[in-house]
Amino acid sequence: MRSIQYTQIVEALAKACIKANIIASCDLLEAYQDSIDNDSQNGAKAILKDLLLNAEVAKENNMPICQDTGTAVVFLELGQEIQVEGGYLVDAINEGVRQGYRDGYLRKSIVSHPLERKNTGDNTPAVIHTEIVPGDSFRITVAPKGGGSENMSRLSMLTPAVGWEGFKSFLINAIREAGPNPCPPVVVGACLGGNFESCALEAKKCLLRPIGERNSDPEIAAYEEELLEEINKLNIGPQGFGGDTTAFDVHLSFLPCHIACLPAAINLNCHVARHQSFCL
Amino acid sequence: MSKEIRLKTPIKTEDIIDLQAGDRILLSGIIYTARDTAHKRIVASMEKGETLPFELQGAVVYYAGPAPAPPGKPIGSIGPTTSYRMDAYAPKLIENGLKMMIGKGSRNQAVKDAIIEHQAVYCAAWGGAGALLASRVVSADCIAYEELGPEAVYQLEVKDFPVMVVNDIYGHDAYEQQGGDR
Repeated sequence: MRSIQYTQIVEALAKACIKANIIASCDLLEAYQDSIDNDSQNGAKAILKDLLLNAEVAKENNMPICQDTGTAVVFLELGQEIQVEGGYLVDAINEGVRQGYRDGYLRKSIVSHPLERKNTGDNTPAVIHTEIVPGDSFRITVAPKGGGSENMSRLSMLTPAVGWEGFKSFLINAIREAGPNPCPPVVVGACLGGNFESCALEAKKCLLRPIGERNSDPEIAAYEEELLEEINKLNIGPQGFGGDTTAFDVHLSFLPCHIACLPAAINLNCHVARHQSFCL
Repeated sequence: MSKEIRLKTPIKTEDIIDLQAGDRILLSGIIYTARDTAHKRIVASMEKGETLPFELQGAVVYYAGPAPAPPGKPIGSIGPTTSYRMDAYAPKLIENGLKMMIGKGSRNQAVKDAIIEHQAVYCAAWGGAGALLASRVVSADCIAYEELGPEAVYQLEVKDFPVMVVNDIYGHDAYEQQGGDR
């Protein structure tokens, strides 16, 4: 067994929350620049330049790129030979989020009750997904997720008969209906297969992949390219005012599923596609 | 042909008459943040005849919930939130003098109709450009519902705050005119 201290988790996660929200990742900065260079519409280019400038101002002013610093979604890949000492793992995650959102001047966006809607004041509880993996590695990813793009995400229990074309039309319709709301250019996480909950979770995990990275399965990679091309023909464009850049990327997963089922989930991310990983 | 216009608050009807979907505005003066829960409370207060947190006549409401101000800054990041969630409340505010709403995303027909009938305007700020927009905020004061945290009403003094007209009094919608160069 390898031991990890509670305080190590708290400190490292607090830093990751701050960095994820303030520093735009290299793949995102490249995506902004590529779209500025390649979008055929001047209006779209002008908006994309403002979005790139915004990322630079955020870094310079040590301020979040977007005021919606999101639900703190935390993915744990926890080696089965890891032992956490000094406290409960889930408490460590929530304490890290609490400290990061306080010390980074990040917005606290969580209410404790869906109807009473009283703010918890510290952005906890985090949404935590734990995967037990072989060995003694421990990898933590925090992916702050904004509400505007989350609201435009969709899950549908399709029938096996509709196949790829049915899934594609579900996905394209969801993005068309979302229009300007999820702050395009979006990053699309999508999953076909699994069951009700695994499909949604896998779509969210797809958002952790860097912009520009294709699925390692060539068949799925080709589907990703097909979807991206179709989406960028919709002329929704940056902020919904037209252009060739409706999505920066599409990340797709397939999962095994029940003989009766074809679950489909699409989780949209805004252009500030944030995630920060570290190993302890 | 879209144009760039400088406007000062409070907004007057003659300002609104000039505005067309696609126009870029640099707005200066006082604006008020309000989002879901603040709207619910404001409308409840109107129905009870209570005093509102700010004068609605000529007012600009910004659908936004800021990040906390870091040391030495008047406010943290402050981009728009999605406007459709305020559609249920907006016509009531427009009927009572609200002149400009700033947010992102499309409005429903009831809001578009109220804009035409009462001569108001709906504008978009760039979603996810909160740090850039914060740099145009000169000062910020929480004036109501402080317990709501980011959902409280903030009075902001802004200088050259950049927005684009989406819905004008002529029934145009910049999201439907997409594809042009603006």
